Amino acid sequence: MSDAALDRPAGPAGRSDGLSDGVIDIRDLSLTFQTADGPVYALSHVDLAVRKGEFISFIGPSGCGKTTLLRVIADLEQASSGQISVNGLTPEEARLNRQYGYVFQAPALYPWRTIEKNVMLPLEVFGMTAAERTARARKYLALVNLAGFEQKFPWQLSGGMQQRASIARALSFDPQLLLMDEPFGALDEIVRDKLNEQLLRLWAETRKTVIFVTHSIPEAVFLSTRIVVMSPRPGRIIDIIDCDLGDNRSLDIRETPRFLAIAQRVREGLRAGHSYDD
Amino acid sequence: MSAAASSRAVPRKAGSTVPVLVITAMIMAAWYAACLPMNNDLPQLARVTGLAERYQVSWAIERPVLPAPHQIVTELYNSTIGTRLFRETADGVVLNPRNLVFHAWVTLSATLLGFAMGSLLGIVIAIGIVHSRTLSKSLMPWVIISQTIPILAIAPIVIVALGSIGLTGLVPKAIISAYLCFFPVAIGMVKGLLSPDTMQLDLMRTYNGSVAQTFWKLRWPAAVPFLFASLKVAITISLVGAIVGELPTGAQAGLGARLLSGSYFGQTIQIWSALLFAALLAALLVVAVTLAERLTLKAMGSRP
Repeated sequence: MSDAALDRPAGPAGRSDGLSDGVIDIRDLSLTFQTADGPVYALSHVDLAVRKGEFISFIGPSGCGKTTLLRVIADLEQASSGQISVNGLTPEEARLNRQYGYVFQAPALYPWRTIEKNVMLPLEVFGMTAAERTARARKYLALVNLAGFEQKFPWQLSGGMQQRASIARALSFDPQLLLMDEPFGALDEIVRDKLNEQLLRLWAETRKTVIFVTHSIPEAVFLSTRIVVMSPRPGRIIDIIDCDLGDNRSLDIRETPRFLAIAQRVREGLRAGHSYDD
Repeated sequence: MSAAASSRAVPRKAGSTVPVLVITAMIMAAWYAACLPMNNDLPQLARVTGLAERYQVSWAIERPVLPAPHQIVTELYNSTIGTRLFRETADGVVLNPRNLVFHAWVTLSATLLGFAMGSLLGIVIAIGIVHSRTLSKSLMPWVIISQTIPILAIAPIVIVALGSIGLTGLVPKAIISAYLCFFPVAIGMVKGLLSPDTMQLDLMRTYNGSVAQTFWKLRWPAAVPFLFASLKVAITISLVGAIVGELPTGAQAGLGARLLSGSYFGQTIQIWSALLFAALLAALLVVAVTLAERLTLKAMGSRP
């Protein structure tokens, strides 16, 4: 693993995509869970390079390993074999250096903390001063349109607002990499559309690298610069689709032929990778 | 929202008063009715004829087998409000031992000390069990076994053993209380400290939070509701422990001593009034814990 990290500045040989500004580099990564019913091949021979400032979506049916892959990047799971580097470090080093912000499927706000205190949680863990914590909480809550809700407790907010607070929490320590695991999966479509627009605006403002797990094709196409299509048993990448819809996307873009063409290709990829027989 | 909450609260409160009163009245009626058959063999009733007269006499016997409720309440009144609370001695003003409040205070002080010791012990044990697999395996069986031994069997041993090294009075009783009340706290806190879900724990992991940070910022606050549920059980059995601790030594003071002396001299009314006082004390303690719970959970943003 450290080899891969050392290779990097010289530029990895034999790869077509320029990795000089690579954030994540995954080579031949496999992960097998040993269960009582035998081994489960969660990830099989995954290769992926993510560049700085990209918005990458992992899409695929449940069980395709998209969340597992995200968790490997976050060092919440360990790969069985293969190489992976995050910002030139091993995932563990990256985690210990707090190089990424992680947004979970549920807001995972601590119910005994106010919204502001929830956003401050990582800052407290990192030992920032109270003044710095307050300033950052204010700033990032305003960024996700939650100004004025600082002193509310999580249960006083709607599901969409709670998830926005959790995004503010992930952004509060300004990580350059944002890992999002189906963050809007539990929300209704209207709220989800709105949050997608906000997330895109946020990404345009901050230019962070985002890895976004979803099982919604429109969501993936609308948000991403590239879409990674995955399939289950064993979890693997079957297609990587460029999604060159440009910046300043609005929800109307979903009616354009270009959007529909990309969505069609994602759908075909998913169909090809997914056997409905088993 | 507050209007909705109050409009919901009002009919519920009114709705529960009547059933409580009905049940209380039924118990009282059964109690008064039972006084005659229970006291039937006493000499005071030997020459009384006529059911009404027999009942009237059965409710006013000096040392009945079963006293009537009003006799207990009267005795309770006479031995608390009806007796001087303080007494002047050579050492200054002290609580009057003829007043039941004196005995209640003796028991209460042991209860509170034992409750504090036991709760602390329970919390420490739970923290150990949650953080160490070895402790979890080695300690848990002893925790369980400790509660299979009847407290009535172990109380005299503790009192005698501590008495032989010169420890008497408050501390041995508090230790018996602590022995009883650490258990629900330990069990509740293990559950509470393990209550954070995977996501909440993973979140701390992504921050590279230390074990101590994970404990103070996640496990401990998550365990607080469990702690209070356990404390409510612990405070009542603490009181039981203190009373039981007063029985084997023939203590001169405390609600347990009152029960004991009452039974020596056949003072059933005194026994019952001490029991009633103990019950009132227990209720008061539970209310105090519940109040502390409400205030704490409110500050922690729980839903009203």
